[in-house]
Amino acid sequence: MTHDDHDHDHDHDHDHDHEHSELGEMALRVRALETVLGEKGYIDPAALDVLIDSYQTRIGPRNGARVVAKAWVDPAFRAALEQDASAAIATLGYSGRQGEHMQAVFNSDEQHHLVVCTLCSCYPWPVLGLPPTWYKSAPYRARAVKDPRGVLADFGVQLPASQRVRVWDSTAELRYLVIPQRPAGSEGLNEDQLAALVSRDSMIGTGLARVPDPAP
Amino acid sequence: MSYTTHADLGGQAGHGAVRPEPEGELWHAHFEPRALALTLAMGATGEWNIDQSRAARETLPDYARLSYYRIWLAGLHKLLTERGLVADDELAAGHALHPARPLARVLRAEAVPAALAKGSATARPAATPARFQVGDLVRTRSASADHHTRLPGYALGRRGRVERVHGAHVFADAHAQGLGEMPQWLYTVVFEATALWGDAAPAGLQVSIDAWEPYLHADTGYAT
Repeated sequence: MTHDDHDHDHDHDHDHDHEHSELGEMALRVRALETVLGEKGYIDPAALDVLIDSYQTRIGPRNGARVVAKAWVDPAFRAALEQDASAAIATLGYSGRQGEHMQAVFNSDEQHHLVVCTLCSCYPWPVLGLPPTWYKSAPYRARAVKDPRGVLADFGVQLPASQRVRVWDSTAELRYLVIPQRPAGSEGLNEDQLAALVSRDSMIGTGLARVPDPAP
Repeated sequence: MSYTTHADLGGQAGHGAVRPEPEGELWHAHFEPRALALTLAMGATGEWNIDQSRAARETLPDYARLSYYRIWLAGLHKLLTERGLVADDELAAGHALHPARPLARVLRAEAVPAALAKGSATARPAATPARFQVGDLVRTRSASADHHTRLPGYALGRRGRVERVHGAHVFADAHAQGLGEMPQWLYTVVFEATALWGDAAPAGLQVSIDAWEPYLHADTGYAT
């Protein structure tokens, strides 16, 4: 399935007439705005399509997963990430908007890291793409700094009581990438197979890396 | 002047459970990708900066009941109309009715990949030496600001420790008010949860913020 299908997939979630008409009205308003901005020469309409396509196909959490997998297998890369995450991540080709000043934070048996932006929706776009709705919504932004284990429970994650929690509130232009712990049973896997275990949520801190299926 | 933000949510009770969603789920309505792209394209013109755009969003009176892309659209509308770039009669008509104002830059399709890959770094040369070092105990300012600021309410007047010094960065408070970049030293300041939430604090929890130097005072009276 392509990302382009997603708009249609969600229509069944909104089966109230009221919501339908409101969405229809929003679509009309956005189209009017786009037309006016285009007619005034403020925007290049073709640029809008390139922007959308970039975040649908090129800039998303699979980028971050490659960073994590490399950090798991390559001690020199891990050290570079600790030293200067923006530079280390740029060597894989990921840089720029909303990731200009990156910092990687490393989960361990002793400490689990969780990232939030309580003031808006700051998020490391070059490595994770666009933030999910819950990341931008009030429940997460309100509770992450006060009750992170409660938030983790909403994601079905329970940490050992002995693992301390550290929450990073992204209040300036630093952007944080959580490097989850490498899961047990992943010893024989190559970098691509490891990247497939790295979920978006595990790089925000609301999830853990997936444990690989046992070999047949 | 009285500045009210509706976006300072850290620690607020009563918002309910977080609703996780699958990784590929980018949009929830047809208008959302267009809203994203319009916001990014207009941001690239340089008619306002990112801090002014955050200020435009967080002061929306109906912030709490809007979805995030609606917040972005309403913020964009405010920025465009306040600057006279677009008028409401044009939006109602769905066509330009007034002459366009020349813009410094327009983001062309072929320039998008390079613009995204470059971004807008906020690190700047420092004009003064850093006032604080790693390990210093600090207290955040206790007064709330009457303008856009990035010191969250839950961290007002709290004791913390400088964990990392990030160099000087564009100062959001000044930048949002159109006062220029006024770069200030930026620090990661870490708080024990008890300093933020008292007896209600979960055991072992630490929370950090990134705080510009004007948010901080030395707090030498407390040992670690």
